[in-house]
Amino acid sequence: MQVEAYAGEEMILNMGPQHPSTHGVLRLELETDGEIVKKVIPHIGYLHRCFEKHAEKIDYLGVIPFCDRMDYIASMNNSLGYALAIEKLLQLEVNQRVQTLRILMAELNRIASHLLSIGTYAMDIGSFTPFLHCFREREKVLDLFEWLCGARLLYNYNWVGGVSHDLPTGFIEKTREFLRQFEPVITEMDKLLSYNKIFIERTANVGIITEKQAFSHNVTGPNLRGSGIRWDLRKEEPYCGYETYNFEIPVGLGKFGSLGSCWDRYYVRVREMEQSIQLILQALDRLPEGDVQETVPKRIKPSKGEIYDRTETPRGELGYYVISDGGLIPFRVKVKSPCFTVLSILPSIAKGAMVADIIAIIGSIDIVMGEIDR
Amino acid sequence: MKKAVEILEKIQKNFPDKIVKSNMEVCQPFVVIVPEAISEVCAFLKEDEAMAFDSLMCLSGVDYKGSKTEEERLEVVYHLFSVSQRHKFVLKVELVRETPVVPTVEGVWGIANWHEREAYDMFGIRFEGHSDLRRILCPDDWVDYPLRKDYVPPETYQGMPAAASKQFAELAQEGEELGTDPYRAG
Repeated sequence: MQVEAYAGEEMILNMGPQHPSTHGVLRLELETDGEIVKKVIPHIGYLHRCFEKHAEKIDYLGVIPFCDRMDYIASMNNSLGYALAIEKLLQLEVNQRVQTLRILMAELNRIASHLLSIGTYAMDIGSFTPFLHCFREREKVLDLFEWLCGARLLYNYNWVGGVSHDLPTGFIEKTREFLRQFEPVITEMDKLLSYNKIFIERTANVGIITEKQAFSHNVTGPNLRGSGIRWDLRKEEPYCGYETYNFEIPVGLGKFGSLGSCWDRYYVRVREMEQSIQLILQALDRLPEGDVQETVPKRIKPSKGEIYDRTETPRGELGYYVISDGGLIPFRVKVKSPCFTVLSILPSIAKGAMVADIIAIIGSIDIVMGEIDR
Repeated sequence: MKKAVEILEKIQKNFPDKIVKSNMEVCQPFVVIVPEAISEVCAFLKEDEAMAFDSLMCLSGVDYKGSKTEEERLEVVYHLFSVSQRHKFVLKVELVRETPVVPTVEGVWGIANWHEREAYDMFGIRFEGHSDLRRILCPDDWVDYPLRKDYVPPETYQGMPAAASKQFAELAQEGEELGTDPYRAG
Protein backbone atom coordinates (compact mmCIF):
# COMPACT_ATOMS: atom_id res chain seq x y z
CA MET A 1 0.00 0.00 0.00
CA GLN A 2 1.43 3.41 -0.92
CA VAL A 3 1.71 5.85 1.93
CA GLU A 4 0.61 9.24 0.66
CA ALA A 5 0.87 12.51 2.50
CA TYR A 6 -2.37 13.20 4.28
CA ALA A 7 -3.51 16.57 5.49
CA GLY A 8 -3.26 15.29 9.00
CA GLU A 9 -7.01 15.29 9.68
CA GLU A 10 -8.03 12.05 8.04
CA MET A 11 -7.80 8.75 9.85
CA ILE A 12 -7.29 5.41 8.16
CA LEU A 13 -9.51 2.90 9.88
CA ASN A 14 -9.53 -0.81 9.23
CA MET A 15 -12.94 -2.40 9.37
CA GLY A 16 -12.48 -6.14 9.33
CA PRO A 17 -11.60 -8.75 8.29
CA GLN A 18 -12.90 -9.87 11.67
CA HIS A 19 -15.94 -7.76 12.33
CA PRO A 20 -19.41 -8.74 13.48
CA SER A 21 -21.17 -6.70 10.81
CA THR A 22 -19.22 -7.24 7.62
CA HIS A 23 -21.03 -10.47 6.74
CA GLY A 24 -17.94 -12.53 6.47
CA VAL A 25 -14.26 -11.84 6.08
CA LEU A 26 -14.32 -8.50 4.32
CA ARG A 27 -11.73 -5.85 5.01
CA LEU A 28 -12.80 -2.26 4.44
CA GLU A 29 -10.15 0.40 4.51
CA LEU A 30 -11.95 3.55 5.56
CA GLU A 31 -10.48 7.00 5.24
CA THR A 32 -12.52 9.01 7.68
CA ASP A 33 -12.68 12.66 8.57
CA GLY A 34 -14.19 12.36 12.02
CA GLU A 35 -17.35 10.37 11.51
CA ILE A 36 -17.71 11.04 7.79
CA VAL A 37 -16.13 8.50 5.47
CA LYS A 38 -14.18 10.03 2.60
CA LYS A 39 -13.11 6.84 0.89
CA VAL A 40 -13.85 3.13 1.20
CA ILE A 41 -11.54 0.53 -0.31
CA PRO A 42 -12.80 -3.03 -0.02
CA HIS A 43 -10.17 -5.77 0.21
CA ILE A 44 -11.39 -9.25 -0.54
CA GLY A 45 -9.76 -12.62 -0.95
CA TYR A 46 -9.74 -13.79 2.65
CA LEU A 47 -12.07 -16.67 1.82
CA HIS A 48 -10.55 -17.57 -1.56
CA ARG A 49 -10.68 -21.34 -1.79
CA CYS A 50 -9.63 -21.74 -5.43
CA PHE A 51 -12.93 -23.04 -6.76
CA GLU A 52 -11.94 -22.41 -10.37
CA LYS A 53 -8.67 -24.29 -10.02
CA HIS A 54 -10.39 -27.25 -8.34
CA ALA A 55 -12.97 -27.36 -11.11
CA GLU A 56 -10.18 -28.05 -13.61
CA LYS A 57 -9.05 -31.14 -11.73
CA ILE A 58 -12.28 -33.07 -10.98
CA ASP A 59 -15.01 -34.35 -13.25
CA TYR A 60 -18.23 -32.51 -14.03
CA LEU A 61 -20.33 -34.13 -11.32
CA GLY A 62 -17.65 -33.64 -8.68
CA VAL A 63 -17.76 -29.87 -9.13
CA ILE A 64 -21.29 -29.67 -7.70
CA PRO A 65 -20.35 -29.91 -3.99
CA PHE A 66 -17.78 -27.17 -4.67
CA CYS A 67 -20.52 -25.03 -6.20
CA ASP A 68 -22.61 -25.38 -3.05
CA ARG A 69 -19.83 -24.00 -0.94
CA MET A 70 -19.52 -20.74 -2.81
CA ASP A 71 -22.75 -19.14 -1.65
CA TYR A 72 -23.30 -21.39 1.31
CA ILE A 73 -26.58 -19.73 2.25
CA ALA A 74 -28.38 -20.44 -1.02
CA SER A 75 -26.71 -23.64 -2.19
CA MET A 76 -29.72 -24.97 -4.08
CA ASN A 77 -29.54 -22.01 -6.44
CA ASN A 78 -25.79 -22.33 -6.92
CA SER A 79 -25.82 -25.95 -7.95
CA LEU A 80 -28.94 -25.32 -10.05
CA GLY A 81 -27.06 -22.75 -12.12
CA TYR A 82 -24.18 -25.13 -12.74
CA ALA A 83 -26.40 -28.11 -13.51
CA LEU A 84 -28.41 -26.08 -16.02
CA ALA A 85 -25.23 -24.88 -17.76
CA ILE A 86 -23.87 -28.42 -18.15
CA GLU A 87 -27.26 -29.70 -19.30
CA LYS A 88 -27.28 -27.03 -22.01
CA LEU A 89 -23.82 -28.17 -23.12
CA LEU A 90 -25.03 -31.76 -23.25
CA GLN A 91 -28.36 -30.70 -24.80
CA LEU A 92 -30.08 -32.76 -22.14
CA GLU A 93 -33.75 -32.30 -21.20
CA VAL A 94 -35.02 -33.29 -17.80
CA ASN A 95 -38.54 -34.44 -17.01
CA GLN A 96 -41.28 -32.33 -15.41
CA ARG A 97 -40.89 -33.77 -11.94
CA VAL A 98 -37.23 -32.76 -11.79
CA GLN A 99 -38.03 -29.26 -13.03
CA THR A 100 -40.78 -28.79 -10.44
CA LEU A 101 -38.60 -30.13 -7.63
CA ARG A 102 -35.81 -27.79 -8.66
CA ILE A 103 -38.12 -24.77 -8.51
CA LEU A 104 -39.56 -25.97 -5.20
CA MET A 105 -36.13 -26.26 -3.60
CA ALA A 106 -34.82 -23.05 -5.14
CA GLU A 107 -37.73 -21.05 -3.78
CA LEU A 108 -37.56 -22.65 -0.32
CA ASN A 109 -33.90 -21.74 -0.30
CA ARG A 110 -34.76 -18.21 -1.41
CA ILE A 111 -37.01 -17.86 1.65
CA ALA A 112 -34.28 -19.20 3.94
CA SER A 113 -31.68 -16.92 2.41
CA HIS A 114 -33.84 -13.79 2.64
CA LEU A 115 -34.71 -14.64 6.24
CA LEU A 116 -31.03 -14.75 7.10
CA SER A 117 -30.38 -11.55 5.21
CA ILE A 118 -33.20 -9.66 6.93
CA GLY A 119 -32.42 -11.07 10.35
CA THR A 120 -28.73 -10.23 10.26
CA TYR A 121 -29.46 -6.84 8.74
CA ALA A 122 -31.75 -5.98 11.62
CA MET A 123 -29.10 -7.19 14.04
CA ASP A 124 -26.46 -5.00 12.39
CA ILE A 125 -28.73 -1.98 12.68
CA GLY A 126 -29.15 -2.77 16.34
CA SER A 127 -32.40 -4.62 16.90
CA PHE A 128 -31.98 -8.18 18.00
CA THR A 129 -35.58 -9.45 18.10
CA PRO A 130 -36.18 -9.77 14.33
CA PHE A 131 -33.00 -11.84 14.15
CA LEU A 132 -34.51 -14.46 16.48
CA HIS A 133 -37.87 -14.43 14.69
CA CYS A 134 -36.23 -14.87 11.29
CA PHE A 135 -33.92 -17.63 12.42
CA ARG A 136 -36.74 -19.50 14.10
CA GLU A 137 -38.49 -19.67 10.74
CA ARG A 138 -35.27 -20.43 8.91
CA GLU A 139 -34.70 -23.42 11.17
CA LYS A 140 -38.00 -24.88 9.98
CA VAL A 141 -36.88 -24.59 6.35
CA LEU A 142 -33.52 -26.13 7.16
CA ASP A 143 -35.33 -28.99 8.95
CA LEU A 144 -37.25 -29.65 5.74
CA PHE A 145 -33.99 -29.74 3.77
CA GLU A 146 -32.38 -32.05 6.29
CA TRP A 147 -35.33 -34.41 5.99
CA LEU A 148 -35.02 -34.30 2.20
CA CYS A 149 -31.34 -34.84 1.58
CA GLY A 150 -29.58 -35.04 4.90
CA ALA A 151 -27.89 -31.65 4.91
CA ARG A 152 -28.87 -28.31 6.38
CA LEU A 153 -26.78 -25.92 4.31
CA LEU A 154 -24.75 -27.70 1.63
CA TYR A 155 -27.03 -30.11 -0.15
CA ASN A 156 -25.32 -31.47 -3.29
CA TYR A 157 -28.92 -31.76 -4.51
CA ASN A 158 -29.06 -30.54 -8.12
CA TRP A 159 -27.21 -33.03 -10.26
CA VAL A 160 -26.62 -32.85 -13.98
CA GLY A 161 -29.74 -34.44 -15.44
CA GLY A 162 -31.72 -34.82 -12.24
CA VAL A 163 -31.73 -34.33 -8.49
CA SER A 164 -30.16 -36.46 -5.81
CA HIS A 165 -33.20 -37.39 -3.70
CA ASP A 166 -36.90 -37.69 -4.28
CA LEU A 167 -39.36 -36.26 -1.76
CA PRO A 168 -39.90 -38.43 1.33
CA THR A 169 -43.48 -39.35 2.29
CA GLY A 170 -45.20 -36.53 4.13
CA PHE A 171 -42.84 -33.84 2.82
CA ILE A 172 -45.54 -32.07 0.83
CA GLU A 173 -47.94 -31.89 3.80
CA LYS A 174 -45.20 -30.64 6.11
CA THR A 175 -44.19 -27.96 3.58
CA ARG A 176 -47.78 -26.78 3.23
CA GLU A 177 -48.02 -26.64 7.02
CA PHE A 178 -44.85 -24.57 7.19
CA LEU A 179 -46.10 -22.12 4.56
CA ARG A 180 -49.45 -21.78 6.32
CA GLN A 181 -47.82 -20.66 9.53
CA PHE A 182 -45.11 -18.63 7.76
CA GLU A 183 -47.37 -16.21 5.89
CA PRO A 184 -48.46 -14.35 9.05
CA VAL A 185 -44.80 -14.12 10.10
CA ILE A 186 -44.04 -11.87 7.12
CA THR A 187 -46.82 -9.53 8.23
CA GLU A 188 -45.34 -9.67 11.73
CA MET A 189 -41.98 -8.68 10.22
CA ASP A 190 -43.62 -5.64 8.63
CA LYS A 191 -45.12 -4.61 11.95
CA LEU A 192 -41.93 -5.26 13.87
CA LEU A 193 -39.27 -3.87 11.58
CA SER A 194 -40.22 -2.44 8.20
CA TYR A 195 -42.17 0.58 9.37
CA ASN A 196 -40.24 1.06 12.57
CA LYS A 197 -39.25 4.71 12.84
CA ILE A 198 -35.68 4.04 13.94
CA PHE A 199 -35.14 1.49 11.17
CA ILE A 200 -36.41 3.95 8.59
CA GLU A 201 -34.16 6.70 9.89
CA ARG A 202 -31.13 4.39 9.68
CA THR A 203 -31.84 3.01 6.23
CA ALA A 204 -33.88 5.43 4.12
CA ASN A 205 -31.83 7.91 2.07
CA VAL A 206 -28.70 5.85 2.74
CA GLY A 207 -26.68 4.12 0.06
CA ILE A 208 -28.64 5.23 -2.98
CA ILE A 209 -27.84 3.17 -6.10
CA THR A 210 -28.88 4.99 -9.26
CA GLU A 211 -29.95 3.18 -12.41
CA LYS A 212 -26.88 4.29 -14.32
CA GLN A 213 -24.52 3.03 -11.61
CA ALA A 214 -26.46 -0.20 -11.35
CA PHE A 215 -26.14 -1.08 -15.03
CA SER A 216 -22.55 0.06 -15.30
CA HIS A 217 -21.54 -2.10 -12.36
CA ASN A 218 -23.77 -5.04 -13.31
CA VAL A 219 -25.82 -4.88 -10.11
CA THR A 220 -28.54 -7.52 -10.23
CA GLY A 221 -31.14 -9.16 -8.03
CA PRO A 222 -32.88 -7.38 -5.15
CA ASN A 223 -30.18 -4.69 -5.22
CA LEU A 224 -31.22 -3.73 -8.75
CA ARG A 225 -34.92 -4.09 -8.06
CA GLY A 226 -34.55 -1.85 -5.02
CA SER A 227 -33.67 0.94 -7.45
CA GLY A 228 -36.99 0.54 -9.22
CA ILE A 229 -35.90 -1.58 -12.17
CA ARG A 230 -38.17 -4.55 -12.70
CA TRP A 231 -35.61 -7.06 -13.95
CA ASP A 232 -35.72 -10.68 -12.87
CA LEU A 233 -34.17 -13.52 -14.84
CA ARG A 234 -36.99 -15.81 -13.77
CA LYS A 235 -39.29 -13.71 -15.94
CA GLU A 236 -36.86 -12.45 -18.61
CA GLU A 237 -34.96 -15.66 -19.40
CA PRO A 238 -36.99 -18.34 -17.65
CA TYR A 239 -35.51 -21.73 -16.86
CA CYS A 240 -36.97 -24.89 -15.31
CA GLY A 241 -40.45 -23.84 -16.41
CA TYR A 242 -40.70 -20.56 -14.51
CA GLU A 243 -42.70 -19.12 -17.41
CA THR A 244 -45.66 -21.31 -16.48
CA TYR A 245 -45.93 -20.01 -12.92
CA ASN A 246 -47.86 -16.96 -11.69
CA PHE A 247 -45.77 -14.61 -9.68
CA GLU A 248 -44.86 -10.95 -9.53
CA ILE A 249 -41.63 -9.06 -9.24
CA PRO A 250 -41.58 -6.57 -6.39
CA VAL A 251 -39.56 -3.41 -6.94
CA GLY A 252 -38.55 -0.58 -4.69
CA LEU A 253 -40.87 2.40 -4.79
CA GLY A 254 -38.97 5.04 -2.88
CA LYS A 255 -41.61 5.06 -0.17
CA PHE A 256 -39.29 6.70 2.31
CA GLY A 257 -36.82 9.09 0.78
CA SER A 258 -35.04 8.61 -2.53
CA LEU A 259 -35.47 5.53 -4.68
CA GLY A 260 -32.72 2.98 -4.42
CA SER A 261 -31.95 3.33 -0.71
CA CYS A 262 -31.16 0.57 1.76
CA TRP A 263 -34.78 0.51 2.87
CA ASP A 264 -35.97 -0.20 -0.67
CA ARG A 265 -33.58 -3.12 -1.07
CA TYR A 266 -34.61 -4.55 2.28
CA TYR A 267 -38.29 -4.18 1.43
CA VAL A 268 -37.87 -5.93 -1.93
CA ARG A 269 -36.52 -8.96 -0.06
CA VAL A 270 -39.50 -9.05 2.31
CA ARG A 271 -41.95 -8.92 -0.59
CA GLU A 272 -39.98 -11.52 -2.54
CA MET A 273 -40.55 -13.99 0.26
CA GLU A 274 -44.29 -13.61 -0.28
CA GLN A 275 -43.86 -14.33 -3.99
CA SER A 276 -41.74 -17.37 -3.18
CA ILE A 277 -44.60 -18.73 -1.08
CA GLN A 278 -46.91 -18.44 -4.10
CA LEU A 279 -44.37 -20.21 -6.29
CA ILE A 280 -43.93 -23.05 -3.81
CA LEU A 281 -47.69 -23.58 -3.46
CA GLN A 282 -48.04 -23.72 -7.25
CA ALA A 283 -45.16 -26.16 -7.50
CA LEU A 284 -46.66 -28.42 -4.83
CA ASP A 285 -50.02 -28.38 -6.58
CA ARG A 286 -48.64 -29.46 -9.92
CA LEU A 287 -45.94 -31.92 -8.87
CA PRO A 288 -46.15 -34.70 -11.48
CA GLU A 289 -45.05 -38.30 -11.08
CA GLY A 290 -41.73 -39.41 -12.44
CA ASP A 291 -38.29 -40.74 -11.73
CA VAL A 292 -35.97 -38.01 -10.56
CA GLN A 293 -32.83 -39.77 -11.78
CA GLU A 294 -34.21 -40.92 -15.10
CA THR A 295 -32.02 -38.67 -17.24
CA VAL A 296 -28.87 -38.60 -15.13
CA PRO A 297 -26.11 -39.62 -17.57
CA LYS A 298 -23.71 -42.38 -16.60
CA ARG A 299 -20.77 -40.43 -17.87
CA ILE A 300 -20.81 -36.68 -18.42
CA LYS A 301 -18.75 -35.94 -21.51
CA PRO A 302 -19.99 -32.84 -23.33
CA SER A 303 -18.72 -32.23 -26.82
CA LYS A 304 -16.21 -29.45 -27.36
CA GLY A 305 -17.84 -26.09 -26.80
CA GLU A 306 -18.51 -23.38 -24.31
CA ILE A 307 -21.49 -21.75 -22.71
CA TYR A 308 -22.32 -18.86 -20.44
CA ASP A 309 -25.51 -19.50 -18.53
CA ARG A 310 -27.10 -17.44 -15.79
CA THR A 311 -29.80 -17.93 -13.16
CA GLU A 312 -31.47 -15.76 -10.55
CA THR A 313 -30.21 -16.55 -7.07
CA PRO A 314 -31.44 -14.72 -3.98
CA ARG A 315 -28.48 -12.36 -4.34
CA GLY A 316 -28.72 -11.67 -8.04
CA GLU A 317 -27.58 -13.10 -11.32
CA LEU A 318 -25.13 -15.97 -10.98
CA GLY A 319 -23.29 -16.79 -14.19
CA TYR A 320 -21.29 -19.88 -15.10
CA TYR A 321 -18.92 -19.77 -18.06
CA VAL A 322 -18.02 -23.39 -18.78
CA ILE A 323 -15.55 -24.42 -21.49
CA SER A 324 -15.47 -28.05 -22.43
CA ASP A 325 -12.69 -29.61 -24.49
CA GLY A 326 -14.56 -32.87 -25.07
CA GLY A 327 -13.10 -34.68 -22.06
CA LEU A 328 -14.45 -35.86 -18.73
CA ILE A 329 -13.06 -32.88 -16.82
CA PRO A 330 -14.10 -29.25 -17.44
CA PHE A 331 -11.44 -27.17 -19.15
CA ARG A 332 -12.43 -23.92 -17.48
CA VAL A 333 -15.24 -22.95 -15.14
CA LYS A 334 -15.55 -19.25 -14.43
CA VAL A 335 -18.15 -18.05 -11.99
CA LYS A 336 -19.58 -14.55 -12.11
CA SER A 337 -21.00 -14.05 -8.68
CA PRO A 338 -23.63 -11.38 -8.02
CA CYS A 339 -22.09 -10.24 -4.75
CA PHE A 340 -18.74 -9.62 -6.47
CA THR A 341 -20.27 -7.07 -8.79
CA VAL A 342 -22.39 -5.36 -6.15
CA LEU A 343 -19.44 -5.00 -3.79
CA SER A 344 -17.54 -3.13 -6.50
CA ILE A 345 -20.12 -0.36 -6.26
CA LEU A 346 -19.51 0.16 -2.53
CA PRO A 347 -16.76 2.79 -2.94
CA SER A 348 -19.05 5.01 -5.02
CA ILE A 349 -22.17 4.75 -2.89
CA ALA A 350 -20.47 5.03 0.48
CA LYS A 351 -18.72 8.34 -0.16
CA GLY A 352 -19.83 10.93 2.33
CA ALA A 353 -21.67 8.47 4.52
CA MET A 354 -21.01 8.07 8.20
CA VAL A 355 -19.34 4.99 9.64
CA ALA A 356 -22.67 3.70 10.94
CA ASP A 357 -24.15 4.13 7.47
CA ILE A 358 -21.43 1.89 6.03
CA ILE A 359 -22.80 -0.91 8.22
CA ALA A 360 -26.31 -0.21 6.96
CA ILE A 361 -25.14 -0.25 3.34
CA ILE A 362 -23.20 -3.51 3.58
CA GLY A 363 -26.12 -5.22 5.26
CA SER A 364 -28.55 -4.01 2.62
CA ILE A 365 -26.51 -5.27 -0.33
CA ASP A 366 -26.52 -8.72 1.25
CA ILE A 367 -23.09 -10.07 0.49
CA VAL A 368 -21.73 -13.51 1.20
CA MET A 369 -17.94 -13.60 1.13
CA GLY A 370 -17.89 -17.23 0.07
CA GLU A 371 -19.40 -16.20 -3.23
CA ILE A 372 -17.23 -13.14 -3.74
CA ASP A 373 -13.96 -14.92 -3.12
CA ARG A 374 -14.99 -18.33 -4.41
CA MET B 1 -33.46 -7.67 -30.70
CA LYS B 2 -30.69 -8.15 -33.22
CA LYS B 3 -29.40 -11.46 -34.45
CA ALA B 4 -25.75 -12.33 -34.01
CA VAL B 5 -25.05 -12.00 -37.75
CA GLU B 6 -26.48 -8.47 -37.75
CA ILE B 7 -24.26 -7.51 -34.82
CA LEU B 8 -21.27 -9.00 -36.64
CA GLU B 9 -22.11 -7.00 -39.76
CA LYS B 10 -22.31 -3.81 -37.74
CA ILE B 11 -18.89 -4.45 -36.23
CA GLN B 12 -17.48 -5.34 -39.65
CA LYS B 13 -18.82 -2.12 -41.13
CA ASN B 14 -17.34 0.10 -38.45
CA PHE B 15 -14.11 -1.80 -37.69
CA PRO B 16 -13.35 -3.62 -40.94
CA ASP B 17 -9.73 -4.48 -40.27
CA LYS B 18 -10.00 -5.19 -36.55
CA ILE B 19 -11.66 -8.59 -36.71
CA VAL B 20 -9.44 -11.65 -36.57
CA LYS B 21 -12.13 -14.31 -36.95
CA SER B 22 -15.66 -15.09 -35.96
CA ASN B 23 -17.82 -18.11 -35.38
CA MET B 24 -21.58 -17.82 -35.81
CA GLU B 25 -22.26 -21.57 -35.80
CA VAL B 26 -21.90 -22.25 -32.09
CA CYS B 27 -24.78 -21.67 -29.66
CA GLN B 28 -23.13 -18.47 -28.37
CA PRO B 29 -21.59 -16.79 -31.43
CA PHE B 30 -18.37 -14.87 -30.89
CA VAL B 31 -16.02 -12.52 -32.66
CA VAL B 32 -12.28 -12.34 -32.04
CA ILE B 33 -11.04 -8.75 -32.07
CA VAL B 34 -7.50 -7.47 -32.42
CA PRO B 35 -6.31 -6.67 -28.87
CA GLU B 36 -5.43 -3.02 -29.53
CA ALA B 37 -8.96 -2.22 -30.73
CA ILE B 38 -11.04 -3.89 -28.02
CA SER B 39 -11.61 -0.71 -26.05
CA GLU B 40 -12.94 1.18 -29.09
CA VAL B 41 -15.14 -1.72 -30.19
CA CYS B 42 -16.65 -2.03 -26.72
CA ALA B 43 -17.28 1.70 -26.48
CA PHE B 44 -18.96 1.63 -29.90
CA LEU B 45 -21.11 -1.35 -28.95
CA LYS B 46 -22.28 0.44 -25.84
CA GLU B 47 -22.96 3.87 -27.37
CA ASP B 48 -24.61 2.78 -30.63
CA GLU B 49 -28.40 2.91 -30.30
CA ALA B 50 -29.10 -0.25 -32.25
CA MET B 51 -26.49 -2.23 -30.32
CA ALA B 52 -26.88 -0.68 -26.83
CA PHE B 53 -24.75 -3.23 -24.98
CA ASP B 54 -25.07 -1.53 -21.64
CA SER B 55 -24.20 -4.51 -19.49
CA LEU B 56 -21.01 -6.53 -19.25
CA MET B 57 -22.21 -9.88 -17.99
CA CYS B 58 -18.78 -11.37 -17.45
CA LEU B 59 -15.12 -10.82 -18.28
CA SER B 60 -13.02 -13.95 -17.99
CA GLY B 61 -9.46 -14.94 -18.63
CA VAL B 62 -8.77 -18.34 -20.17
CA ASP B 63 -5.46 -20.18 -20.54
CA TYR B 64 -5.37 -22.55 -23.50
CA LYS B 65 -2.00 -24.14 -22.75
CA GLY B 66 -2.17 -27.90 -22.80
CA SER B 67 -5.38 -27.96 -24.80
CA LYS B 68 -5.41 -30.77 -27.35
CA THR B 69 -7.45 -28.83 -29.86
CA GLU B 70 -6.61 -25.15 -29.44
CA GLU B 71 -3.32 -23.39 -29.94
CA GLU B 72 -1.49 -22.17 -26.89
CA ARG B 73 -2.55 -18.66 -25.90
CA LEU B 74 -4.22 -16.55 -23.25
CA GLU B 75 -7.66 -15.22 -23.98
CA VAL B 76 -9.95 -12.60 -22.50
CA VAL B 77 -13.63 -13.29 -23.13
CA TYR B 78 -16.25 -10.54 -22.85
CA HIS B 79 -19.89 -11.56 -22.49
CA LEU B 80 -22.06 -8.60 -23.44
CA PHE B 81 -25.77 -8.10 -22.91
CA SER B 82 -28.19 -5.37 -23.84
CA VAL B 83 -30.95 -4.81 -21.30
CA SER B 84 -32.98 -2.58 -23.61
CA GLN B 85 -32.60 -4.70 -26.76
CA ARG B 86 -32.34 -8.10 -25.08
CA HIS B 87 -29.55 -9.43 -27.25
CA LYS B 88 -26.27 -11.03 -26.25
CA PHE B 89 -22.87 -11.25 -27.84
CA VAL B 90 -19.41 -12.56 -27.08
CA LEU B 91 -16.14 -10.78 -27.85
CA LYS B 92 -12.80 -12.47 -27.50
CA VAL B 93 -9.23 -11.24 -27.51
CA GLU B 94 -6.31 -13.57 -28.13
CA LEU B 95 -3.05 -12.77 -26.39
CA VAL B 96 0.48 -14.12 -26.48
CA ARG B 97 1.32 -16.02 -23.30
CA GLU B 98 4.67 -14.33 -22.72
CA THR B 99 3.46 -10.72 -22.90
CA PRO B 100 -0.33 -10.56 -22.49
CA VAL B 101 -1.30 -6.90 -22.78
CA VAL B 102 -4.73 -5.55 -23.70
CA PRO B 103 -6.38 -2.12 -23.24
CA THR B 104 -8.84 -1.78 -20.41
CA VAL B 105 -12.60 -1.44 -20.91
CA GLU B 106 -13.02 0.14 -17.49
CA GLY B 107 -14.24 3.36 -19.08
CA VAL B 108 -17.09 1.58 -20.81
CA TRP B 109 -18.43 -0.55 -17.95
CA GLY B 110 -17.51 0.19 -14.35
CA ILE B 111 -17.55 -3.46 -13.35
CA ALA B 112 -14.65 -4.19 -15.70
CA ASN B 113 -12.39 -2.64 -13.05
CA TRP B 114 -12.79 -5.60 -10.69
CA HIS B 115 -13.10 -8.27 -13.38
CA GLU B 116 -9.84 -7.12 -14.96
CA ARG B 117 -8.11 -7.09 -11.59
CA GLU B 118 -9.13 -10.70 -11.20
CA ALA B 119 -7.88 -11.60 -14.68
CA TYR B 120 -4.57 -9.94 -13.83
CA ASP B 121 -4.38 -11.73 -10.49
CA MET B 122 -5.16 -15.16 -11.89
CA PHE B 123 -3.51 -15.03 -15.33
CA GLY B 124 -1.07 -12.15 -15.35
CA ILE B 125 -2.88 -10.32 -18.15
CA ARG B 126 -1.94 -6.64 -18.02
CA PHE B 127 -4.69 -4.16 -18.79
CA GLU B 128 -3.33 -0.90 -20.20
CA GLY B 129 -4.92 2.19 -18.75
CA HIS B 130 -6.41 0.45 -15.73
CA SER B 131 -6.64 2.81 -12.79
CA ASP B 132 -5.79 0.33 -10.07
CA LEU B 133 -4.24 -2.87 -11.44
CA ARG B 134 -3.35 -4.93 -8.39
CA ARG B 135 -4.21 -8.33 -7.06
CA ILE B 136 -7.72 -8.82 -5.78
CA LEU B 137 -8.08 -12.39 -4.51
CA CYS B 138 -4.51 -13.42 -3.74
CA PRO B 139 -2.42 -11.54 -1.16
CA ASP B 140 -0.56 -8.51 -2.51
CA ASP B 141 2.85 -10.16 -2.38
CA TRP B 142 1.85 -13.44 -4.03
CA VAL B 143 4.08 -14.51 -6.89
CA ASP B 144 3.04 -16.11 -10.12
CA TYR B 145 -0.45 -16.45 -11.53
CA PRO B 146 -2.53 -19.29 -10.06
CA LEU B 147 -5.03 -20.13 -12.79
CA ARG B 148 -2.40 -20.63 -15.48
CA LYS B 149 -2.14 -24.24 -16.52
CA ASP B 150 1.57 -24.46 -15.71
CA TYR B 151 1.24 -22.95 -12.24
CA VAL B 152 3.26 -24.63 -9.49
CA PRO B 153 2.16 -23.66 -5.98
CA PRO B 154 4.98 -22.35 -3.76
CA GLU B 155 6.40 -24.45 -0.94
CA THR B 156 6.11 -21.70 1.65
CA TYR B 157 4.46 -18.31 1.85
CA GLN B 158 6.04 -15.89 4.32
CA GLY B 159 7.38 -18.81 6.32
CA MET B 160 4.11 -20.77 6.45
CA PRO B 161 3.91 -24.08 4.56
CA ALA B 162 1.84 -23.55 1.44
CA ALA B 163 2.07 -26.84 -0.41
CA ALA B 164 -0.47 -29.52 0.43
CA SER B 165 0.95 -32.05 2.83
CA LYS B 166 0.61 -35.73 2.14
CA GLN B 167 -2.67 -37.34 3.04
CA PHE B 168 -2.64 -40.09 5.65
CA ALA B 169 -3.63 -42.67 3.06
CA GLU B 170 -0.58 -41.82 0.98
CA LEU B 171 1.71 -42.06 4.01
CA ALA B 172 0.22 -45.40 5.03
CA GLN B 173 0.74 -46.77 1.54
CA GLU B 174 4.36 -45.73 1.68
CA GLY B 175 4.75 -47.87 4.77
CA GLU B 176 4.82 -45.29 7.53
CA GLU B 177 3.48 -46.27 10.93
CA LEU B 178 0.58 -44.00 11.71
CA GLY B 179 -0.32 -43.70 15.34
CA THR B 180 -3.20 -41.79 16.80
CA ASP B 181 -1.38 -38.44 16.98
CA PRO B 182 -3.68 -35.91 15.30
CA TYR B 183 -0.99 -33.25 15.06
CA ARG B 184 1.36 -35.24 12.95
CA ALA B 185 2.66 -32.95 10.22
CA GLY B 186 2.89 -34.34 6.66
